[in-house]
Amino acid sequence: MIFCRRGKLIERNRRRKGIQMRWKPRDYEQYVKRKTPVRKLFPDMVRAFVTGGIICVAGQGILNYCELQGMDKDEAGSWCSLLLVLASILLTGTGLYARLANWGGAGALVPITGFANSVASPAIEYKKEGHVFGIGCKIFTIAGPVILYGIFTSWLLGLLYWGARTMGWL
Amino acid sequence: MNQVMGTQSISFAVPPYILSSGCVAGKKEKEGPLGRLFDKTSEDDLFGENTWEAAEGVMQQMACMLALKKAKEPPEKVRYLFGGDLLRQGIATSKGAKELEIPLFGLFGACSTSGEGLALAAMAVAGGFGDRMLAVTSSHFASAEKEFRFPLDYANQRPLSASWTVTGSGAFLVGNQKSPVRITGVTIGKIVDYGLKDSQNMGACMAPAACDTILRNLEDFGRKEEDYDRIVTGDLGYVGQSILFDLIRKNGRDIKEQHMDCGMLIFDQRTQNTSAGGSGCGCAAVTLAAYILPRLAAGEWKRVLFVPTGALMSTVSYNEGESVPGIAHGIVLESCAG
Repeated sequence: MIFCRRGKLIERNRRRKGIQMRWKPRDYEQYVKRKTPVRKLFPDMVRAFVTGGIICVAGQGILNYCELQGMDKDEAGSWCSLLLVLASILLTGTGLYARLANWGGAGALVPITGFANSVASPAIEYKKEGHVFGIGCKIFTIAGPVILYGIFTSWLLGLLYWGARTMGWL
Repeated sequence: MNQVMGTQSISFAVPPYILSSGCVAGKKEKEGPLGRLFDKTSEDDLFGENTWEAAEGVMQQMACMLALKKAKEPPEKVRYLFGGDLLRQGIATSKGAKELEIPLFGLFGACSTSGEGLALAAMAVAGGFGDRMLAVTSSHFASAEKEFRFPLDYANQRPLSASWTVTGSGAFLVGNQKSPVRITGVTIGKIVDYGLKDSQNMGACMAPAACDTILRNLEDFGRKEEDYDRIVTGDLGYVGQSILFDLIRKNGRDIKEQHMDCGMLIFDQRTQNTSAGGSGCGCAAVTLAAYILPRLAAGEWKRVLFVPTGALMSTVSYNEGESVPGIAHGIVLESCAG
């Protein structure tokens, strides 16, 4: 039997027609959960560690090289971010980043390169819909929530910080 | 003569025939186990067009032309075209049907559209509303990803229950001239929704609908599972198939011997990274055209129940927290060979 908003009606129909099912939505959901294969956590974690690790080592390499060139820490950090984002966009454009993430999972998603991919990939996909309604409207379809709630959270924390300062707690 | 069977089925007094079929598929499908069987494949998934949607339209047109060419019929001889795809407003069908200039019924039945189109075409022929009807459907991996999931190059990991939308289109010319395969009956499915909300596990969303339609068909026609050489579902995949077996068994029947799934046939799960299998309108359509019909025509199988399954998913209803309803239509195909 099926329980949905009109569950009773459907159940009655079934009885009348002689086909009987014995599932409630929650039971079915749990049953499906048991039946559905899931990715193995440990190999996934290892792959994410390796992928994320390699990206971070590359970042560290850029940082060290820039500092060797006599840049201060802030400038070197900016170059590091810029180059990682550039690399990610190039890899996205050639379709390699999606393949890397399919293997490395969160290891490719969490670093700044993953964020760059989430902006570059809609730009590529929606380019055909025009520069305004395509790229313009849809470039942040994935990254938009991150940007919005990131800014909102920093505003909220700023408010708390300001409040605490005003009260003399800090 | 009474052609109405049970509560949802029709048994044609004068069964219409499938005169010919045409199928077009993409690169990944070509590399799959059925690769050599397709009429036409393309290395370029854009099929020479600029956009994925236009490419899908071109595929539909190619499939229709192939089917017509095989039957040596011009498009003008076709009375009505029943076509559908996965995209909003059926834009691939509109584009594909434009140059054919055949009066069109646009359909949406998600991945079950091939069944819906065949059923309507068969009913129209059997009802005497024309000698030839064309049913066509298509899906494209890239346009479906764009419509339902993420941009193609977005980096994410596919869950093992997810399916891979088939890039392909299948067209079927249905008519009243004699040919090796005929449609003797249809069972139109109803929406079956067990409340599952996981759009990445469509096999589990559609399995209850497939179960309902198969049981309904057996009951309406008073048949046993063994009366069919094969019961072929559209795109349940590995997860959906095992659920379907359980659901059918709970109802006191067993179709393990007869069952096949187009989604499991079309890709090699181990080497092609397709998780649960193939899906999309094109999955059932190209498998029917390339794999099932030739076997029926050769007389290898006598009677097949073809059950394309659809997950009636929308990105809006999904975001609004609604479940994914399923639907499945049953087409009884019989061999006239031997």
